[in-house]
Amino acid sequence: MRIALAGQPNCGKSTIFNNIAGYKAITSNFPGTTVKYMETRTHVFGFTCDCVDLPGTYSLTAGDPAELEARRHLLSGDVDVILNVVDASLLIRSLELTLQFLELEVPMVLCLNMMDEAQRKGIQIDVKKLSDLLGIPVVPTIAITGKGLQELFVEVLKVYEAKRKGKTLKFSKDIEAIISDLGSVLHSEWPVNEKVPSRFLAIKLLEKDEFFIKEVRGVIHLFKEIEKFQEQLEQIHGVPSDEVISSERHALAMNLFERASTVIHPPKKDFRIVIDHWVMHKFFGYLILAGVFYGFFNFIFGIGGYIEEPLMTLFNEWIGDLEELFGKESLALFLSKGVLQGIAGGIAIVLPYLVPFLIGLSILEDIGYLPRVAFLMDIFMHRIGLHGKSIIPFILGYGCSVPAVMATRILEFPQHRFIVSILTTMIPCAARITIIFALVAFLISPNAALAIFALNILVVAIFGKILSLLFPYPEASLGLILEIPAYQLPPVRNTLKKSWYRIREFIVIAWPILIIGSVLLALLEYGGGEKYINWFLSPLTHALGLPFPVGTTLIFGLLRKELSLIMLTQALGTTQVLTVMTKTQIIVFTVFITFYIPCLATIAALWKEIGKKGALLTILFTLSVAILLALATRVFFGIVR
Amino acid sequence: MTLDQVYENRKAKVIDIKGGIGIRQRLGQMGIHPGDEITMLRYGALRGPILIEVHGSQVALGRGIASRIMVEETE
Ligand SMILES: Nc1nc2c(ncn2[C@@H]2O[C@H](COP(=O)(O)OP(=O)(O)O)[C@@H](O)[C@H]2O)c(=O)[nH]1
Repeated sequence: MRIALAGQPNCGKSTIFNNIAGYKAITSNFPGTTVKYMETRTHVFGFTCDCVDLPGTYSLTAGDPAELEARRHLLSGDVDVILNVVDASLLIRSLELTLQFLELEVPMVLCLNMMDEAQRKGIQIDVKKLSDLLGIPVVPTIAITGKGLQELFVEVLKVYEAKRKGKTLKFSKDIEAIISDLGSVLHSEWPVNEKVPSRFLAIKLLEKDEFFIKEVRGVIHLFKEIEKFQEQLEQIHGVPSDEVISSERHALAMNLFERASTVIHPPKKDFRIVIDHWVMHKFFGYLILAGVFYGFFNFIFGIGGYIEEPLMTLFNEWIGDLEELFGKESLALFLSKGVLQGIAGGIAIVLPYLVPFLIGLSILEDIGYLPRVAFLMDIFMHRIGLHGKSIIPFILGYGCSVPAVMATRILEFPQHRFIVSILTTMIPCAARITIIFALVAFLISPNAALAIFALNILVVAIFGKILSLLFPYPEASLGLILEIPAYQLPPVRNTLKKSWYRIREFIVIAWPILIIGSVLLALLEYGGGEKYINWFLSPLTHALGLPFPVGTTLIFGLLRKELSLIMLTQALGTTQVLTVMTKTQIIVFTVFITFYIPCLATIAALWKEIGKKGALLTILFTLSVAILLALATRVFFGIVR
Repeated sequence: MTLDQVYENRKAKVIDIKGGIGIRQRLGQMGIHPGDEITMLRYGALRGPILIEVHGSQVALGRGIASRIMVEETE
């Protein structure tokens, strides 16, 4: 049995999915975070069921890639039951999408989630009535507590066994007449795909859906015919045909809402409105924003620094012991040192900063602070020539560049996606943040680290402006349209599991690479091979005034950014970096690392999102920016000193 | 009048949306169609976006878009 979870962003889909899948999907309180879809296999009452969490979509018109993807999957014939999750407190808007799902004529169950929120808003829903009106089972749930989920899957199973489809809710008579005329024309004139119901197709063509229009454009006489139907509809109603259909659907949804629910009391004025008054305030909002990020920074540094110091001392002692044990020039020493340094790098340098960072980011995401940041920052993003929604990939970029690059799909125009993809790779990801913390904040001063973050934002802003002038996107580009979901208390279990999921990715994927890389470097050193790499990179290291052995670390950084840091201590032959590098050198090195070529995983993501040329351009671009900035930093400190 | 001219905490009803199919669709998805009632919650700093409430959900709209939504005040 194949179930597809579908619904609008933030309806609680991922929470339900996690409940059955054991936290594989990433939930968050940000519209549109599920960009790629997740799949899991579970067993429900003895049935094997493959469950897909589709990207949250507001509608089934092919507006952006995420929506197209969701629709493609639903129409592929690979779905036995659509599990439509809706936010019961936003029923009217949600029902519009439900109506569109019904048009697909696939067996379906409606999950009325967030019943607690609906109750708070004073909305009482007659579940039985709604079920009768739609012709599908309707199950009320509260996903965060797991309430109703059992019943939900019982209904899914029943629908699956009975292959029970919902009702086709009819539009006004005249519109239905046109739909059915067009439907029969399509039926005879066009090799209609069995999986795509002809009523659905007719509606989409009347809605001027880009995807389907493109499909028929080749068949000229058919296309002319369709245009005639569109005009007919426009003449009767006096508005464009797409608007006729969407108004009809809206009216249907309103009608359903009125018949199946009653507002028993006005929404309870809750403290969240008061919070928003300050958080989104014209002036205090920005103070709070600065405070939150400053606090966040200190939180990570406080915890990380506190843990890093004693651990490093411990590992240094052990490395000293190794030298005594194996003798100075032996292969055994090089190997064991490589392994130990790889392990030490993970435990003592990366994890102390990564763990608090990821937990902090999860909390900010889950309570729903990020859309507020987008609201506050929109105007500034426009000043640098970018769309307000670009802030989303940028913020995600502080976690990891890969999801950030994928999140650019929420932007409408390819040119725009292109620019933001390139820029977001320059935002320091968790790995690079660790480097900034462990080298600059820890060895020099927290304020110097803050300065690097500030420099980074400034540089991204400047290049945002330059790139948006070089690759202009259509003036018609729409401004911000973004839902601001209600705050949610971060469900502790959920937040922790989500952070754990991300941390685990470091432990099982990155850490082994770190250890292998570390051993590789030790072997290179033993055989003298690293000299050649360093020699090859010496023009660069020389120009930047960095120690000769640093060259190799930059190459390793291409695999995983954390490697640069761990390799650094190894290449220099000491963990007391300050004894062999000046403060200026450390800053120049960190600046270079922050901006230069993204890691392999990110390059792969770029390749997929903006193509080979885009990926190559990003490599060249970031490399030049990094070299220029590192040089500038060197010159600056040369003058200041 | 246009939506961006409505005062904070006032309600207005959408009469028409000026613009092509793209803008109509995106607003429609958020539950904004001709005939719907919108509450203006707040203005962003400078000429930043506005925050409105429609059918129980909060939506941020850029000023450019807001100025294409024709409304009449209802209270
Ligand atoms: N109050 C309440 N919050 C919920 C419920 N279900 C999910 N949430 C919260 O709503 C937010 C969005 O949920 P998520 O699963 O990420 O939604 P998705 O975007 O549809 O995947 C999260 O902060 C959840 O903790 C519910 O039934 N009641």
